[in-house]
Amino acid sequence: MTDRPARAEISFRFRGRDVSLKGFPPDRMLLDWLREEAGARGTKEGCAEGDCGACTVVLCRERGRWASYEPVNACILMLGQIDGAELLTVEDLAQGENLHPVQQALVDFHGSQCGFCTPGVVMSLFAHYHDFGDAASRESVNAALAGNLCRCTGYRPIVEAALSVIDGRPSDRFDEDEPQRVAALQALPSGDLFVGDQTSFFAAPATEGSLVALYEAHPDAVLLGGATDVGLWVTKRLQRLRKIIWLGRIAAFNMNLSDGDGVRLGAGSSLQAALGHLASIHSDLLVIMSRFGSWQVRVSGTVGGNIANGSPIGDLAPALIALESRVELRKGGVSREMPLEAFFLGYGKQDRRSSEYVRSLYVPRPRPHQAYRAYKVSKRFDEDISAVMGAFRLDLDGRRVTAARVAYGGMAATPKRAAACEAALIGASLDDPATWEAAKAAIAADFTPLSDMRASAAYRLTVAAQLVTRALTEISGAAVPTRLGELRAAE
Amino acid sequence: MPLSKPTEIPRVPLERETQVVHKPHPHDSARLHVRGMAPYIDDLREPQGMLHLAVGGATAAAGRLVSLDLAAVRAAPGVVAVLSAVDIPGANDIAPAFKDEPLFAFDEILYHGQPLFAVAATERDAARRAAKLARIEIAATPPALSVEDALATGARVLPDYEFGRGDVEAALAAAPHRLEGKFAIGGQEHFYLEGQVSSASPGEGREMNVQASTQDPTEVQHIVARILGIPDAFVNVETRRMGGGFGGKESQACAWAAMAALAAHVTGAPCKIRLDRDDDFILTGKRHAFRDDWRVGFDADGRVSVYEVALNANCGCSADLSPGVVDRAMFHASNCYYLPVARIASRRLKTNIVSATAFRGFGGPQGMIGIERAMEAVARDTGRDALDVRLANLYRPGADQTPYNMKVEDCATLPAILADLAASSDYRARREAVRAFNASSPILKKGLALTPVQFGISFTLIHLNQAGALVHVYSDGSIQLNHGGAEMGQGLFTKVAQVVAEEFGVPLDFVRITATNTAKVPNASPTAASSGTDINGMAARIAAGEVRARMAEFAAQGWGLPLAEIEFREGRVFGGNASMSFGELAKACRLNRVGLSAAGYYKTPDISWDRAHVKGKPFFYFAYGACCAEVAIDTLTGESRVLGADILHDVGSSLNPAIDMGQVEGAFIQGMGWVTTEELVWDGKGRLTTHAPATYKIPVASDTPARFNTRLYLRPNATESLYRSKAVGEPPFMHGIAVFCALLDAVHACAPRGHADLASPATPEAILNAIASLR
Repeated sequence: MTDRPARAEISFRFRGRDVSLKGFPPDRMLLDWLREEAGARGTKEGCAEGDCGACTVVLCRERGRWASYEPVNACILMLGQIDGAELLTVEDLAQGENLHPVQQALVDFHGSQCGFCTPGVVMSLFAHYHDFGDAASRESVNAALAGNLCRCTGYRPIVEAALSVIDGRPSDRFDEDEPQRVAALQALPSGDLFVGDQTSFFAAPATEGSLVALYEAHPDAVLLGGATDVGLWVTKRLQRLRKIIWLGRIAAFNMNLSDGDGVRLGAGSSLQAALGHLASIHSDLLVIMSRFGSWQVRVSGTVGGNIANGSPIGDLAPALIALESRVELRKGGVSREMPLEAFFLGYGKQDRRSSEYVRSLYVPRPRPHQAYRAYKVSKRFDEDISAVMGAFRLDLDGRRVTAARVAYGGMAATPKRAAACEAALIGASLDDPATWEAAKAAIAADFTPLSDMRASAAYRLTVAAQLVTRALTEISGAAVPTRLGELRAAE
Repeated sequence: MPLSKPTEIPRVPLERETQVVHKPHPHDSARLHVRGMAPYIDDLREPQGMLHLAVGGATAAAGRLVSLDLAAVRAAPGVVAVLSAVDIPGANDIAPAFKDEPLFAFDEILYHGQPLFAVAATERDAARRAAKLARIEIAATPPALSVEDALATGARVLPDYEFGRGDVEAALAAAPHRLEGKFAIGGQEHFYLEGQVSSASPGEGREMNVQASTQDPTEVQHIVARILGIPDAFVNVETRRMGGGFGGKESQACAWAAMAALAAHVTGAPCKIRLDRDDDFILTGKRHAFRDDWRVGFDADGRVSVYEVALNANCGCSADLSPGVVDRAMFHASNCYYLPVARIASRRLKTNIVSATAFRGFGGPQGMIGIERAMEAVARDTGRDALDVRLANLYRPGADQTPYNMKVEDCATLPAILADLAASSDYRARREAVRAFNASSPILKKGLALTPVQFGISFTLIHLNQAGALVHVYSDGSIQLNHGGAEMGQGLFTKVAQVVAEEFGVPLDFVRITATNTAKVPNASPTAASSGTDINGMAARIAAGEVRARMAEFAAQGWGLPLAEIEFREGRVFGGNASMSFGELAKACRLNRVGLSAAGYYKTPDISWDRAHVKGKPFFYFAYGACCAEVAIDTLTGESRVLGADILHDVGSSLNPAIDMGQVEGAFIQGMGWVTTEELVWDGKGRLTTHAPATYKIPVASDTPARFNTRLYLRPNATESLYRSKAVGEPPFMHGIAVFCALLDAVHACAPRGHADLASPATPEAILNAIASLR
């Protein structure tokens, strides 16, 4: 702990004023606070699990001289997580009868029918308006809307409305008074946060030192990254979380560093912030990360949270295991590092000791003689959990495979390497598909997947093997199309 | 930055210019929607002391309830009352007709999660937590879940029914070619963005005032009255807007309103229930899953001589709206094709899943997709292009009798649409381009299909084809409009207001739209069957016309002019050289004791249906359309993408082309979801495992095809409908069938011969299985 006493209230900006709050239950959700206490019922609840986007609000945070505008799902965001931010909701955008450009465009393009998803759509498009400026495209709008379900319109008018307002850099009143708003955010109190008492609290340490002290004192506390998973423990499982340590205020935790050898991702880095770094490693990681959850989920969800949760289908883990990534864990100021695959012990079980936390992740770049591919297979292209996720790193000597790292998600209780497949790949020739068959057949020895609502075990086994074909076909340089995303309708 | 040109809203070609109708007015609530200022029921400020409800449900899908111990529920913090079957003063019956579904189960368990009790607590969170504390003992029996299970048990919710003509066996024996198949078609969750919600406040005496998110306030009124054991006249139900309905808030809205009303009755406090999304998935009905067992006989040109289909409908645990849904599947089992010999049979199967219910298309899609799938098979078999096979089988003069013995009067519109779309979508050239692509692409395959839709407009339950409206003109000239239809986003209120404004010759903003309310317009039909605008708009036009006639007569007398010379336009009234504002005339009417309010009533003429004798004309007219879809599949994983969709859809002389474009596009995407990513999965115990958007996948923005060209076919309706417009809510849903047929076409591209067994939805797994079935 630092010498200064911790702040006992969260502080944020709302409706143009500083707001301080204490005395709320640690697991209070932002949406519930908005609708039930602040009386702001423009923001809707559609699913209470961060998948439909009806509750999208924008958190404006100061980034040096600038403000960032990040859309988040208020239904699964803990109230405490808006500490230090300006909270913007659908009610903030218009001035009286003067609609914000994205609102006016939605009216002009007939972009609302039942209107229930509309407030969330407005906020995602507002964030997109500020984030993309003249770099906007149909693809960027689709990406911005991947977390906003609309059941009425078919999206075409919404997408066209979003594109119609893009005319150079944003010019709305938020842009005009950004300097003042940034100054107001900078003036908010900072430092360690501890709301509550020793039996029930929402805490946000400002430094790693404070975190260590707090976590040692409360090993039973829940470490909170972005709450994109933990939030559902509350809204769906109806768990009561009494002690929450939110990691979002530790600046050092968010740091991502790239160099020629690899990328070190801070555990607190949002998935969105990690996206660019991972994309620099391989274009497939850009594709995978762009399909990861939704924009709302990526700006909230963290690298560390995704790893520490140990989901058997988490997309990040298999993609990075194939790259020989290592995870750094720390307890009481002492770090240890291990191969990422070794961290996952079993379903929902990781090699993490009491008061130990995931601190960073190191991802080496493939070397020139290594080829890499990663594939996500799901029912829906965007915002879906994989049925199978497969990642491949092959060492090549000319046209021959000399070593292989192959990892899958969705095939076992944990993200897992395919040892038999890896062994069978050694010696395979890129020019002779017959030499790939052993590796494909080995998948059945590597995995005994489950059947569930996403896919049957048989489908998973088949697809896992077929992904070997896809990877080798692509790496071989064969001139056949393999990516649906690159196809267009015939002219 | 390369931005393509935005889609244009077409102008409706008119013989006579209009002022308000046929124009692209925005949705009446659009400016409120975008500001978050359009209130839905859960947004209304709660009255003091309002209680919140949560539901406790069955822990098995079939069996008998042995004991229900609610002591812990009652003792939980915040709990005010716990309600179960014993607390119902009236009848424990929420079924629309057949008394086969209780509000709370008390003996037989019908499905997993079926409500056993409800908790009323001071806070919603407290109610949800308390509802988990019940001790429930059920003597469970193995559930029947699928079509196959039900065919094995033989259980039905209603008797089998069939119609047709000719000797099917003889015709099949005589046909040069024959094919048959069993086609599994999945159901669909509505996924309205606003979940089920209702609130109830006790009034004086035994009155109950209910706010319900429902397409059928009148049915909610009936059910609330039935549960409470009070006359309908004591129950007022109001619905301003729904956050989506799609059929899912017709019968399925009743239980929640009834629970809220029951709790309000028992506690004396206002009570609200808003289902959590997971509960909404588990506790409310969905589109029926079907298995269409079909046989077809045809010649070398693909001309069909005989078609037989057994429509096996998984109706779930009760009849609900299945009588009408499965009948409509039968009516549309022939789509737009003349079948010289036909047998359309249906089985309404009873299973232990939540009762299937209305969903946009109301059975039509499940019937229609069967014959479209058969058309693809015929094309595959004969080697002819599937569009040519379809064209060869269309209704035509002399071959215009449907299997249910209605004559199709308009045999010209659909061929014109098909020709227009085939040209505008460049179907023939793209067929060649797809073939060329497939020849050089071993892993990815493309598919193409152009499919027609012919959808009958009218409730096939004839008595529902009636509507009422109430129009008040106030003495300042402002107008209040009320009718029996409910707004769920489809733009009904906007269109009906346009009709009223047109009648009075006033700008649209003179007309104040008010919430649907059983106290204002009684005995309304559900807003369903695409008929909302047709019938409510007519009733409103009649009401407005009556008031206008009185006003015109008064003006004619005052000015000493013949009635025919009085004209209402641009917010004024003209006669000879005189004119005055509409408001001035309204004021003068009031001062001279001219009545400024009227109730309008309309019933659809010229329709009839004798089900027992398979006779009559169940449809007032047909709405037509066609869609050309291009898709690609990945033969390694079964993943697919819809690359393009070109749609031409018949809306008659559209009342509002902007709203109609939205209906057509939105319906198509919903139909595309139905046949691709939207998969409902129950586990062996009868638990729905796809019960939230994390596991149930409706289309997102990137699923909308990059090539997406929607056009409206804007010729006046040959039938005398409201301003010669056509109903539009459901028909374009079935354009999604083109996507399914294109996916089948892509699967067939994997092998030169053979018929693939592709189930719907064509998930990646279904597509991979279909490819395997070819080899």
